[in-house]
Amino acid sequence: MALLEVKDLKVRVEEREILHGLTLTVNEGEVHAIMGPNGSGKSTLSHVIAGKPGYEVTDGQILFRGEDLLEMEPNERAAKGVFLAFQYPVEIPGVATMNFLRTALNAQRKARGEDEYSTPDFLKKVREVSKSLNIPQDMLKRGVNVGFSGGEKKRNEVLQMALFEPSLCILDEMDSGLDIDALRIAADGVNALRSPKRAMVVITHYQRLLNYIVPDVVHVMSKGRVVKSGGKELALELEACGYGQFEDAA
Amino acid sequence: MKQVLPKADPERASGNVFAAARGRLPGAGLVPQIRASAFEVYERTGLPHRGMEDWKYTDLRALIGEVLPLAPRPDAEALVRAKVSAEQVSADQAVKLVLVDGIFVPELSDLGRLENELVVRSLREVLENSAPGDMAGLVLSTTTDSIISLNAALATDGLVITVADGNAVKRPIQIVHVATGASVSTFTRSYLQLGKGAHAAIVESFVSAERASGYQANDAIIALVGNEASLSYIRVAAAASDAVNISSAIIAVGARAKLDLFSMTCSGSISRYQGFISLAGEGTKVSANGVNLIRGELHADTTMVVDHAVPHCTSREKFRAVIDDRGRSVFQGRIVVRPAARKTDATLTTRALLLSDQAEADSKPELEILADDVTCGHGATSGALDNSLVFYLRARGLPEKDAKSLLIKAFLGESIEEITSENLRDFVTAQAEHWLQAGR
Ligand SMILES: Nc1ncnc2c1ncn2[C@@H]1O[C@H](COP(=O)(O)OP(=O)(O)OP(=O)(O)O)[C@@H](O)[C@H]1O
Ligand SMILES: [Mg+2]
Repeated sequence: MALLEVKDLKVRVEEREILHGLTLTVNEGEVHAIMGPNGSGKSTLSHVIAGKPGYEVTDGQILFRGEDLLEMEPNERAAKGVFLAFQYPVEIPGVATMNFLRTALNAQRKARGEDEYSTPDFLKKVREVSKSLNIPQDMLKRGVNVGFSGGEKKRNEVLQMALFEPSLCILDEMDSGLDIDALRIAADGVNALRSPKRAMVVITHYQRLLNYIVPDVVHVMSKGRVVKSGGKELALELEACGYGQFEDAA
Repeated sequence: MKQVLPKADPERASGNVFAAARGRLPGAGLVPQIRASAFEVYERTGLPHRGMEDWKYTDLRALIGEVLPLAPRPDAEALVRAKVSAEQVSADQAVKLVLVDGIFVPELSDLGRLENELVVRSLREVLENSAPGDMAGLVLSTTTDSIISLNAALATDGLVITVADGNAVKRPIQIVHVATGASVSTFTRSYLQLGKGAHAAIVESFVSAERASGYQANDAIIALVGNEASLSYIRVAAAASDAVNISSAIIAVGARAKLDLFSMTCSGSISRYQGFISLAGEGTKVSANGVNLIRGELHADTTMVVDHAVPHCTSREKFRAVIDDRGRSVFQGRIVVRPAARKTDATLTTRALLLSDQAEADSKPELEILADDVTCGHGATSGALDNSLVFYLRARGLPEKDAKSLLIKAFLGESIEEITSENLRDFVTAQAEHWLQAGR
């Protein structure tokens, strides 16, 4: 059974259809890249998978390990292993990052019927993960993303991904706003999570990220549909020729 | 509670209350005379009404209509109920002093644990032993506010606490007001004096016992904070949901002193907390903060007047309100900077979080600046929870209610974190969490 199956998905936002029948299948262990021009619906797709309110699904299905994802609350999806690294992570003043990480992790574990982490185990885990991502401890004492630079926010998303160990990671423009070193560190973090049991959907505009996180499949999205899928060489082709040819196709 | 009360004649109604209560009110020497003239001041306006600027959002005449008869002395059965409630609000390590229906009850209090650094007497004792020229006039002092005058006229008991020069009281003193009655009123008044360089923390809690309902509590505290002294004052009001709580604080702070005040109102049909803080000595720092937590049809009004009379003082005020259902929160903050008060640094912010479409927040900040070379500012905002933050937390595994609670706690934290004592901060946080839990 596929890990994620999006079938003929149609989505409206404020009376306007954004996704016009999108189909995508992702199996365990695979890395998929989604590329496509601005406004083609990439973030919309990621939001609908994560369960963000405000989107009306008018047709189609999203199955996660065969279960209907659209019937689940966002927190249930998270507990089942769906993780979205946001294109624009929000700042949450007054909620210390450490407290947030712990509350979120334990909420997911509780929902799965697992024991909550003890304080020492949790701290140990956070310390390991943040060290590997080059995130200083005092950043974790601050409010969630508050005063973080663009790159720090993105690294914080990867930190959460590493901590929650989801089975489906959707990375929405993880590379935007990262400098070259930060990009490599974050990509290493993502690669460390690659496993036969885990799949990734990497949304990006740039081939460069895909040099670090090498995809099994590349999809081109245009005007709310997947208009072409291929191997990693498709990304190179896009980089060379742009989206023009596909926009006509869509 | 809000409508249908007989609109008869509020002054006459409370006139009867005073006449009926007179025989029971403690006080020797000049006290009866002080009470009678305080009552006269009250009678000039009667219950405050919306025609009065300071009461325009909280029209007591319309909201409560009349002053209910004075509560009887609590009997043994009432004390049993009171004990249960008083125990539920104990602050960690605090020495508890319990007033039930306006009467100090030594049996429920921790008098044995009082430190030697302070002297505690009941108001009754002070007034009964009052000779001309002693502190009765000070303890029963009033302002032009009619509700404070009514309190002076009718106060049955309270605590008179003095901390001598240089003394530091280690454990917080917790004054617990328990209401056990139905459709009665209570009048309590406490007096606090911190000598030069003295330090104390006072917690005042208002709670209701089982079966208490529809009562009106009117409390006043007069505090004098000496030069170089520091006072932490925390007030938590959780009246019965159909009860009225009106509390007034009149605080004068000396030079190079510190006042750290926090007020939380989390229940009660109609609440008014009014603070009058005067900075009377140079180089003093006042931090006055608070939160209103409101749901149902409750109405909570916090009104603060911070009066800078001398140069080089700082005042900081942060008030937050969380309002659900059809609740209404009022915040009025006036900062007065008198002509002599150069180099005053005063700020005030109020923020309201509206959890329902019908929730209402009224905010009225006022700056009255009569001096040059001052830094003063205020800001007021109100709005709903940010949905994108709620979603972020849900996407990370938090159920919607937990996500909202976490954000509400963070919002309240902006004010609660100003409490300097960690112990008291935790106490207030726990009460706020309790309120959040109760709404789920
Ligand atoms: N809440 C909204 N209200 C109205 N229109 C919306 C809303 N959200 C998205 N859209 C529209 O839907 C379309 C797709 O947006 P989306 O953010 O999914 O694009 P994207 O492919 O992620 O673009 P980018 O590469 O710029 O991130 C855009 O035209 C956008 O304006
Ligand atoms: Mg996008």
